[in-house]
Amino acid sequence: MYKFLICQRYLRTRFIALASVISVMLGVATMIVVNSVMSGFSGQMQERIHGLLADVVVESHSLDGVADADLQIRLAREVAGGYIEAITPTVEVYGMLNFNFAGQWITKPITLIGIDPAGKAKVGPLRDFLDSYHSIYKNGKLVRKSLRKPNEVPNWNLSPEAMEYRRDKIDRQKWYQEQLAALDREEAEKREEGSASESENKTEIQTVAAEQPSETVIDGVPVSEPVGDISEPAGDELPASPFMNPFDNNAPQKKEETDPYALMDGRIYVGIGLISYPYKDPETGEMKTMMMARPGDDVRISTVTAGRPPEHAPYLATIVDVFKSGMTEYDSNLVFCNLEELQKVRGMISPVTGKKAITSLHIKLKDPDQSQLVVEHLKSVFPSDQFSVRTWEQKQGPLLAAVEIESAILNVLLFLIIAVAGFGILAIFYMIVVEKTRDIGILKSLGASSSGIMSIFLSYGLALGVVGSGAGVVLGLLFVHYINEIEEVLTYLTGRKVFDETIYYFPEIPTLVQPSMIISVALGAMLIAVLASIFPARRAASMHPVVSLRRE
Amino acid sequence: MADVVPVPPSHLTSVALGKTYRNGANCVEVLQGVNLELRKGEFLSIIGQSGSGKSTLLHLLGLLDSPDIGEVRLDGKRIDHLPAKTRDDLRNRVFGFVFQFYHLLPELNLIENVLSPLMIRYSTWEYWKRRHELKEKASDLLVRVGLGHRMKHKPNQVSGGELQRAAIARSLITEPEVLLADEPTGNLDVDTGKGIIELLNQLNDEQQLSIVMVTHDESIARRAQRIVRLSHGQIECLREKVA
Ligand SMILES: Nc1ncnc2c1ncn2[C@@H]1O[C@H](COP(=O)(O)OP(=O)(O)O)[C@@H](O)[C@H]1O
Ligand SMILES: [Mg+2]
Repeated sequence: MYKFLICQRYLRTRFIALASVISVMLGVATMIVVNSVMSGFSGQMQERIHGLLADVVVESHSLDGVADADLQIRLAREVAGGYIEAITPTVEVYGMLNFNFAGQWITKPITLIGIDPAGKAKVGPLRDFLDSYHSIYKNGKLVRKSLRKPNEVPNWNLSPEAMEYRRDKIDRQKWYQEQLAALDREEAEKREEGSASESENKTEIQTVAAEQPSETVIDGVPVSEPVGDISEPAGDELPASPFMNPFDNNAPQKKEETDPYALMDGRIYVGIGLISYPYKDPETGEMKTMMMARPGDDVRISTVTAGRPPEHAPYLATIVDVFKSGMTEYDSNLVFCNLEELQKVRGMISPVTGKKAITSLHIKLKDPDQSQLVVEHLKSVFPSDQFSVRTWEQKQGPLLAAVEIESAILNVLLFLIIAVAGFGILAIFYMIVVEKTRDIGILKSLGASSSGIMSIFLSYGLALGVVGSGAGVVLGLLFVHYINEIEEVLTYLTGRKVFDETIYYFPEIPTLVQPSMIISVALGAMLIAVLASIFPARRAASMHPVVSLRRE
Repeated sequence: MADVVPVPPSHLTSVALGKTYRNGANCVEVLQGVNLELRKGEFLSIIGQSGSGKSTLLHLLGLLDSPDIGEVRLDGKRIDHLPAKTRDDLRNRVFGFVFQFYHLLPELNLIENVLSPLMIRYSTWEYWKRRHELKEKASDLLVRVGLGHRMKHKPNQVSGGELQRAAIARSLITEPEVLLADEPTGNLDVDTGKGIIELLNQLNDEQQLSIVMVTHDESIARRAQRIVRLSHGQIECLREKVA
């Protein structure tokens, strides 16, 4: 009985103990906040990976793919039809993206994924990743409304705004060319030299993504000899040349025959990281994103044909939308394009049967938990020497594992905070034991046993742990609950955006509070507090009563 | 009185008690075969110079320390070799201690201090069940030692004499058989000290409480029934009080 009374009195009268309560509290609160945010993020990340892929992905090992998409889909439905909600065929291949920005040609390696947007939207939330379906907020204020209605099925048409931009741009280009042509004529009349340099200066001001002459060459001829030849050696400059020449007189003529604003046959959703870069506004110091290309612009895509040997296959495409998953791995690598055009360019459509080859199937299940089962079923028709059949987790295993390791390491580090608090408790308790030597002797003279003395300090430690972790849990949960408000305050105080929604694409900081995590953190903190008090408690217990009683 | 009635049975005895403190190379032989006998209901006082080993002897008698050689016997039974748990229990039930420096727990108020031996004795549940009865007993005791008005005071709020009275109340609450007092008046002025001794005398008379009181002050020691002197590690001189 005395143990609790004395323990309680020590708690109430030793303010130094408050220090260890606070350190335990802070440690626990930090762990809860960090874990909640981490699991919020990783949950969102998994959701995005999951959304980008599908529950189950069947891939052919060969980039050439397998013939007859319909047959493959039928096969899949035969063995696992009961579980499948939707299937969409895709072609995945490596490629290169070229576009002109501020007079320079930008070249990026990409993974090109041919999809049918409507079909893809059925196996995953494709809309969530497309910029035009989102409203853009800045500092809580609406900057741009979404350009498409939420119920619009994803397609390969430009949004009205992008179309307007495209018209503007083409008009401007045309006007330039007319001016230049007029200038040329004048100059031709005057027979004077030196105008070329001036006009070059002008083209530098205006960003011209892709030009028409190459279209005529490439369009319809997937394996384009002339372009293929020049682009093979050293990347940038040579292949650029056919697009760079805005003075080609053929271009306007060709356009006039049809709709001058018509989109290219290739259409793409391009990852945001491929066409933008962050920069610091020199005036405000804010981080901004510079778009190097935008929906309505034309770009050049190079990939390889499915033939043997594979050959270079360039074609032009119009950016229809910007794709943003918030995952750098995807945003600076993936380009979704129209499946048919890709199949055509790569020669994946059989000229005899008209059947189209594909490289992978994305499958959405009725119950995502059954993915492992479905994988087993599918393996029976998609032999492993040709296909890999995987759930999305398996396909992204390394990435998810990396995140898991990251969070494990972070947890270890954070737990060290609590361990530090534990050493604080140890030091403080040791001090209290020394200070209370006399009282320990008194208690022993009154008949207290060594184990009783020990339990005073153990329950003292436990009490500190319980109070500290209790307060820490409350503090941590409050922090997590008000994390966005806190972020706002921090932003206001520092003048810098702490959590930039334009980077992460979340309107708010995602958090996920797992009760099991909270319980284990709290228990861990209590355990550490008790462990830290064992040593001082044992010392107190082993203290000889006489020695302490002799002191005044 | 004592010489008329037949000699009461011995209560607490020490047989050839020896204690040596060793500090590395040098060792202090404090007690060298102390034979002491305390009879039931006797008030014995031990005098001796400072450093003669009085406190050491008292600690050995009260099982706060164990002798190097010799025995401590209670009612004829050896008790110094018992397991720690049993000795703890004996300290709680049989002995009451009063120290020179009072040794109250500073975090507890006086009544809680008085109750502390019972808190140690009983489990939480038992204590809770009997708390009213026990508290009443404690406050009765405090009233008895003249501290009825100080019950809720903390030790640092009352005077030395009052502290010693509270300490005596604490030692009595377990209804001990033997009271061991180590210079109970050593830190008090003469009058207050006399008051304390009177209290001890009263307890001895009324409850037949056996008391061993250690002091270096002969005038205080004279209030006991019997005085022994401890010097050179042995009980040297015995003097029966002549009433
Ligand atoms: N723990 C110890 N180690 C060494 N010597 C001690 C220890 N405790 C007491 N002594 C010595 O034993 C002697 C007796 O001490 P004590 O019993 O307190 O005497 P008294 O109470 O008569 O003044 C003293 O000389 C003291 O220095
Ligand atoms: Mg002494």
